[in-house]
Amino acid sequence: MGSSTPLLAVEELSVVFDGRGSGEVRAVDGVSFTLEEGRVTGLVGESGCGKSVTSLALMGLLPPRGVRVGGSAVLRTGDTEADLLRLSPKKMRDLRGSQLAMIFQDPLSSLNPVVPIGRQVTEILTRHRGLRGSAAEKEAADLLYRVGIPDPKRRLKEYPHQLSGGMRQRALIAMAVACRPRVMIADEPTTALDVTIQAQILELLKDLVTEEGTALLMITHDLGVVAGLCDDINVLYAGRAVETAPREPLFADPTHPYTVGLLGSIPRLDAPRGEPLTPIRGSVNDNIAWNDGCAFAPRCDHYTLDCLQGPPRLVRSETGDAHAHRCVNPVRHADVVDRAVLESPSVVGDEEERA
Amino acid sequence: MLRFIVRRTLQLIPTLGGLSILLFIWLQRLPGGPEYALLPDDATEEQRAQLRRSLGLEEPLTVQYVRFLRNILQGDLGTSLQTGRPVVEEFFTRFPATFELALTAILIAVTVGIPLGYLAARRRGGVLDFAAVGGSLIGICTPVFFLAFLLKVVFAERLGVFPSAFRLSPGLNRTDLSGFVVLDGLRTGELDVVWDALMHLALPGLALASIPLAVIVRMTRASVLEVLDEDYVRTANAKGLQRRTVRGRHVLRNAMLPVVTAIGLLTGSLFAGAVLTESVFAFPGVGSFVYAATQTRDYPVLTGFILLIATMYVLINLLVDISYSLLDPRVRAQ
Repeated sequence: MGSSTPLLAVEELSVVFDGRGSGEVRAVDGVSFTLEEGRVTGLVGESGCGKSVTSLALMGLLPPRGVRVGGSAVLRTGDTEADLLRLSPKKMRDLRGSQLAMIFQDPLSSLNPVVPIGRQVTEILTRHRGLRGSAAEKEAADLLYRVGIPDPKRRLKEYPHQLSGGMRQRALIAMAVACRPRVMIADEPTTALDVTIQAQILELLKDLVTEEGTALLMITHDLGVVAGLCDDINVLYAGRAVETAPREPLFADPTHPYTVGLLGSIPRLDAPRGEPLTPIRGSVNDNIAWNDGCAFAPRCDHYTLDCLQGPPRLVRSETGDAHAHRCVNPVRHADVVDRAVLESPSVVGDEEERA
Repeated sequence: MLRFIVRRTLQLIPTLGGLSILLFIWLQRLPGGPEYALLPDDATEEQRAQLRRSLGLEEPLTVQYVRFLRNILQGDLGTSLQTGRPVVEEFFTRFPATFELALTAILIAVTVGIPLGYLAARRRGGVLDFAAVGGSLIGICTPVFFLAFLLKVVFAERLGVFPSAFRLSPGLNRTDLSGFVVLDGLRTGELDVVWDALMHLALPGLALASIPLAVIVRMTRASVLEVLDEDYVRTANAKGLQRRTVRGRHVLRNAMLPVVTAIGLLTGSLFAGAVLTESVFAFPGVGSFVYAATQTRDYPVLTGFILLIATMYVLINLLVDISYSLLDPRVRAQ
């Protein structure tokens, strides 16, 4: 990880939902990571591992009732520091869209169907940059052009249903970058798109991060996307980080059996024909509470009785300073990585979707 | 947009055509034809048969249907058996009263129902929500004639706050321009007439509004709750927009789509529903006239009433479709 002070430091973030009658649900259970200028940090995991809840907690978009959020998330802008989890709703409203922006998963449902695209872009310019009328419209057209939407003046007048899926996602990205936010969160931004468009969108995000020095938090279940885009990666399981590492060591030398399992379930281009994929056994619901032991143990091939001796701690891995895992029986020199994974993000991502 | 309106208007023709056929069949199937209604009880079978022939009732149905349709199109709905005056004329003198009543009712229902439903959704599970949902359940379950009597007894007869009957106080001088009392009063500046008319509209309007009000409260509440969970509302919040922008532009506008449709259907039903309310308050509208017509088997009046109600329904639905397409661009595209 970089040496500079992080833009956003998330410490021991936890989100607990008060289940009605069914007891509470710990969706996020002590997750820590940092976001740095011009770098992409990935949160990876299956559905239900807490990655989307993490992003909503940081944005202050969790429902106001029935949720308890713990830990801290300190955002540094200039000389000021603010804990996002403790700001007043009004201050958060000022930060959202201007300093913090979010790109959502399903571009069609994330756009208001009855408001023209232009209005949906200019409203954020009016709110945070005070632009109105033709000035706002001109800026909106520039933004659409910048994210690769041709003929932006015409598109401004159109409605979401008149745009293609890729263009809708570009429009959402235009809204996200409209006020040059310091931190951007992308929650599965390519899941609803087809492969070629996925690659273009990832390319666009990468460019925006490089040009503006924005810190990007990339939330995905797609290891292809991770390999192609993320600098630092946190693998989440049942609300906790089970492995955290920069990209190279994670793919070259994964140590947590869950990470190894995820990589193993990606189809390899160089595998012999007809070789079955190796999925991870069971489902994300086959958990045990972290307090009793490793939550992944019921699905793990490396599981021993040691795994059930209380909660495993996040320990530094042998492979490097920034590489850590939460496992008592870490995997050594796992031979699961296809070099192709590192090189062709979108193709692998798509294959994984179909698998 | 214009093309949409034209196309939608042309679609009315087959709808109304189908309606005229149904109406014609209904008239054919009625027991006891005019030969029984028009001739004295001791008339001979020969006299009855002759009357049928002279009225053209022995001709083929197709011929009769064409004549029926031609008469309607020429604005001839026959003569009321009660009053002996043309049905169209009877309706013309009474329709403005019913129109004002229905409009009052729908205005009450919309101006109270939408804000109440919206607030109930925003404070889901709170006291207001509980009261709105419970109250609207009572509103839906209470028969209109019962509520009308209740209002009349309590507010008109016991408390004396509102007049208990008629459209205007007896002996009030007014200039009649169109038959629309409130409108005329506003145009001529006779504000005492406007006030008097509004006082007379209050109780029947409230009684008639009860069901649409209840439906609008519930629909608005359900619709707002649904929209609040939509991804685009989350996006709007993620952009840091002010609360009022999120609520107005992103929540309300989308939540109103199903409510607009409901308002249209409810308005149509008000013209039919006014029959009972008008009877209770002796309101001189179409409703009380039709109520009397059902008692005396005044078929020309009933036919005209069905035609009038159906036409209102169809026109209101046209308005709903047009306003819907203004609200939702996806409808225009199709």
